Amino acid sequence: MIGHRREAGYWLYLLPGLVLVTAVILIPLAQNVYYSFTDYRGIRPPQWIGLDNWDKLLHDDKFWKSFENSIAMIIAMVIIPTLLGLLIAAVLFDLVGKRFGGRVASFLRATYYIPQIIPIVVASIVIGWIARPDDGAANQLLGLIGLDGARQNWLGDPTWALPTIMAVLIWVQLGYPVVVFMAALQRVDPELYEAAELDGANWWHRFRAITIAVIRPEIFVVTLTCTIAALKVFAPVYALTRGGPGTSTIVPSYYSYSEFFQSQQVGYGATVATALTIVILIVATLFLVAQRRAERAEEAR
Amino acid sequence: MSALLKAPAPAGEKKAAPVKAPTVRPRRTALDWILLVVAVIGALAVIFPLILIVLNSFKSPEDYNNGGPLHLPSHLYFGGIKRFWNGVDFPLKLWNSIFISGMVAVFGVLISLFNAYGLGIGRVKGRLPLLVVFLLANMLPQEALLYPLYNEFKSLGLYDSKWAVIIIFTVIQSAFGTYLLSSVYSTFPRELLEAAAMDGAGRWRTLWQVVVPVSKQTLAVLLIFFFIWTWNEFLIPVTFLVSNDNQTIPLAVSSLQGEHMSDITTTSASALLGLLPTLIFFLIFQRTLTRGVTAGAVK
Repeated sequence: MIGHRREAGYWLYLLPGLVLVTAVILIPLAQNVYYSFTDYRGIRPPQWIGLDNWDKLLHDDKFWKSFENSIAMIIAMVIIPTLLGLLIAAVLFDLVGKRFGGRVASFLRATYYIPQIIPIVVASIVIGWIARPDDGAANQLLGLIGLDGARQNWLGDPTWALPTIMAVLIWVQLGYPVVVFMAALQRVDPELYEAAELDGANWWHRFRAITIAVIRPEIFVVTLTCTIAALKVFAPVYALTRGGPGTSTIVPSYYSYSEFFQSQQVGYGATVATALTIVILIVATLFLVAQRRAERAEEAR
Repeated sequence: MSALLKAPAPAGEKKAAPVKAPTVRPRRTALDWILLVVAVIGALAVIFPLILIVLNSFKSPEDYNNGGPLHLPSHLYFGGIKRFWNGVDFPLKLWNSIFISGMVAVFGVLISLFNAYGLGIGRVKGRLPLLVVFLLANMLPQEALLYPLYNEFKSLGLYDSKWAVIIIFTVIQSAFGTYLLSSVYSTFPRELLEAAAMDGAGRWRTLWQVVVPVSKQTLAVLLIFFFIWTWNEFLIPVTFLVSNDNQTIPLAVSSLQGEHMSDITTTSASALLGLLPTLIFFLIFQRTLTRGVTAGAVK
């Protein structure tokens, strides 16, 4: 009886949170899925049309292009920052920290981290400013070192617009793995390293066999959270290219936004957004399953 | 951001690494110096765009065209900064950002605290599915909520209101906070709770006099992160805050960009003013921020 009363009391604390999450997350999410089965232009009530939007989606080149560009976002936000971040963290922690002192290492770490705290849209405008056509800093600098031929209309050229957006993301993202991995490296037992050194393992061998193994949980968390973030990229595209030129920098989130508020194709925009949600859920599930497996394999050893 | 993270025990700090006897620092080899130089060059490359922005925000457009981006300003010119400052009414935007982010930080931490109290300490039935709901709320792309929220808040008369943004982000941030704090509280020392109960403290008093003081540090980290995350948000603010009076700093900077009304050094000045508040915030809270990021990633 007492246990029962106890629990009822705690439910009271959950009430505000549950009401809010229902009103702001669950109901809107369900509505959005419903919109994806309707013809809805935002003014008159949605008309049920079954799977028409989904059928259109499967044959929509722009939609597929947007997910193709998501892969570029994953390269820029996950693969490059994680690999570079691993190297930088190892150099800062192992070498700079031990040979030149912890203060130098934390100062450099803070420097790498700075772009992370700038609003992403402002960071985009910083890079966009450098990449301005004609008189932008990038072009001027290329001119200075005699590479006039390499000057580009970075954001206006379908070949260069996507790499320029990727540059924004790499710049912003790099500091996150550096900070997380440097903290993780503190768990590496120095004696393990010394033993490996005595066995004649060089730095690279030790890095692969010991470091990577110890900080694998962090690598996991970083790749998962950054992959989800990469699938959601919106602000740089909105601020710099609006998906153009043509569809060269379109991403799913910007595509659905423009369907909502520019084309007034709310039903179709909701379909794109729902598809993105499904992809994110699948990716997260796959990651978690893989993590479980890795953990079990570890325990079995 | 970091949805799957668990924080350290409520008392905050990880156990300090065992103190090692001071070892003789190995001799620095040539390779050490080379790698240090590489690391420094990398760091310089990372802040180079910011150096360019600082350098060129105080130039007139003519000065920029004559000297290029790398030269020091031939004279200090505040025209670009003034044009942006007055054009967007910068103090108003600053206040809007502080107000929205501050409200979200406070409400977000409160809701996280209540939720986690029920889930982590109260261990109510159905805890697991509820945690999954909060985790889901954190992972969802905001586009999947955007149009229904837009309809919902329009019908409430809260479209183009700072409160719409405050409510939405309170929920989104507290979803993360709930997930993190619940796992912190699931290992909360039972003796403390029992001692409070013996003293005749009810649930409300236990929360404020035992749970909150013990987890103060984690709550402070959440407060700071909710503030900065909300400050940096873009999609939902740009959808909901259409009138000039309500916009935040990131919106003001991007709106200037869209209109092409600005010359090259005014754009630079707008970026400078846009990143300055968060940079100052970073310098003040650097320790808490890095501790939070790293505490967050501890499995």
